[in-house]
Amino acid sequence: MSKRLLWRKAVNAVMLTLTGVFTFITVATLFLILGCLVYYGGRSLDWNFFTKLPLSAGEEGGGLANAIVGSLEIVGLAGLIGLPVGFLAGVYLAEFEDKVFASLVRYVADLLNGIPSIVVGLLAWSLVVVPMKQFSAVAGSIALSVMLIPVVARQTEQFLRDVPNSLREGALALGASKWKMIATVAVPAGSKGILTGMILGMARIAGESAPLLFTAFNNQFWNGGITQPTASLPVMIYFRALSGYEDWHRQAWAAGLVLISMVLTANILARLVLAKGVSVPRG
Amino acid sequence: MATPLVVENPVIRRQTQTGDIVARWVVTLFAATILLVTVLVVYQLWATSAPSRHKSGFGFLFSSQWNPVTEEFGALPFIYGTVVTSILALLISVPLGLGAAVFLAELAPARLSSALTFLVELLAAIPSVIYGLLALFTVVPLMRLYGEPFLKSALGFLPLFKGPAYGVGFLTAGIVLSFMTLPFIVSVSRESLLAVPREQREAALALGATRWETTWKVVIPYAKLGIFGSIFLSLARALGETMAVTMVIGNDPKISASLLASGYSIAAVIANEFTEATGTIYPAALVELGLVLFFLTIIINGAARLMIMATTRKGSKRA
Repeated sequence: MSKRLLWRKAVNAVMLTLTGVFTFITVATLFLILGCLVYYGGRSLDWNFFTKLPLSAGEEGGGLANAIVGSLEIVGLAGLIGLPVGFLAGVYLAEFEDKVFASLVRYVADLLNGIPSIVVGLLAWSLVVVPMKQFSAVAGSIALSVMLIPVVARQTEQFLRDVPNSLREGALALGASKWKMIATVAVPAGSKGILTGMILGMARIAGESAPLLFTAFNNQFWNGGITQPTASLPVMIYFRALSGYEDWHRQAWAAGLVLISMVLTANILARLVLAKGVSVPRG
Repeated sequence: MATPLVVENPVIRRQTQTGDIVARWVVTLFAATILLVTVLVVYQLWATSAPSRHKSGFGFLFSSQWNPVTEEFGALPFIYGTVVTSILALLISVPLGLGAAVFLAELAPARLSSALTFLVELLAAIPSVIYGLLALFTVVPLMRLYGEPFLKSALGFLPLFKGPAYGVGFLTAGIVLSFMTLPFIVSVSRESLLAVPREQREAALALGATRWETTWKVVIPYAKLGIFGSIFLSLARALGETMAVTMVIGNDPKISASLLASGYSIAAVIANEFTEATGTIYPAALVELGLVLFFLTIIINGAARLMIMATTRKGSKRA
């Protein structure tokens, strides 16, 4: 072998190995993160965490029951607003496309998806918190639904496009009107994928804290309804982690473990069980 | 007697048409809400920041004073912190992510590749506040005790690595951000690499190129627009990333050459100070920072989407 060829082979081997090492580093990060959370969070997690209210600073014990319920409330309400809007917008993009307006909506949806979550928080603050003169779960939900809509719209569109056109033509040939064809043939055929997209979207907003900081804010007690400041797990993690109390750090880890379990369970279920073999596009 | 296949019944026809027209209007309306919300973001940010915009004008962007007591507000330290941490993040995550994407798209057997890609996608699903939590309690102490003292002893002659090692600061924020952007670079770049036609690789290999030469000189150049798109997309994410950066950047509105120094980013200052901002100018100045961040990310995102569309449009309509 000539020197030149040896050199080329050596470069080849080194670079290809490096790509493997880089992949290992990337994937190892996931396990490092999970390991840390299970180690620190697992030690701190107890029954009280799920059932008790937070105690005042410095006191040992207590839980974050209100933050768990608050998170479900805020995310659930955001879903009630964001899922139908996103879904119908997605139906438009896939089924009623008229060229210019549809591409505009598609492009703007992607831009809206890329707006920093803290800016979305500012929007909800100026739209809801300022007129209501107080922080509220509703304001948080509106912020999160703004983040949910473009994700659900684009995913619904994609999965409707994956439905073969022959199914549509079959329904139309049998005399169904267009909306009937969409409602009884296209949407049911794409329903698995659409549901996956919805679950992934909900999982994503469930972990958001930046848009909640000055919309839902935080609360040490049960909230008095959705028009009151409401605690949520991500916001609790943030405040507890930055506090100066050992016991609150413990709670932050426990809350982190609970949050990641919820988010990853939703992701794994949606990707493996529901959407077997369907590729899920990146937001 | 032959009956026509399509019965022209005016009643049925009118009914189905009305249904279609209503359906079209309803879904178009919902699609339009996406445009409406986006316009609303711009309008609300613009209107709410009015007191600050009127007071400081364009000087806002170039002033480095940030003093809520005297109501002097300048965006420069925050823009600096945002840009420096994001660029640092990309310096780490682009080579790492591109390497991993090459491995997943070109080398790994299909089953291993799809399993690893699945894990990378899970990594992308981890909430930012979790990254912040881990960074605060593990990365920051490690940087303070080992990382930063090592950099100072090895490269301390550079102005980049001067000053005390606090653990928090630009460098730590950049490192944390790099791991947060990594999964996006890996999965978007991987898709662009997979979109490169087989013949391109076969031609290069047939000419005697090694596997690496094929990848580096043929496959990556072919996919470069999509790869640039993924980098821009990650840049936009890094610029707007809030929680993790807020927890590790040190929260000090200063412009320093040293990467070990504490700084501040646009998203972090909004997260930290917005609920405590009183008066009219202070909150308006924070909203104006939000406006700056909005335009920064929208420009970069807009460019990224166009690039990704251009590469994936070749094959399919989906971006």
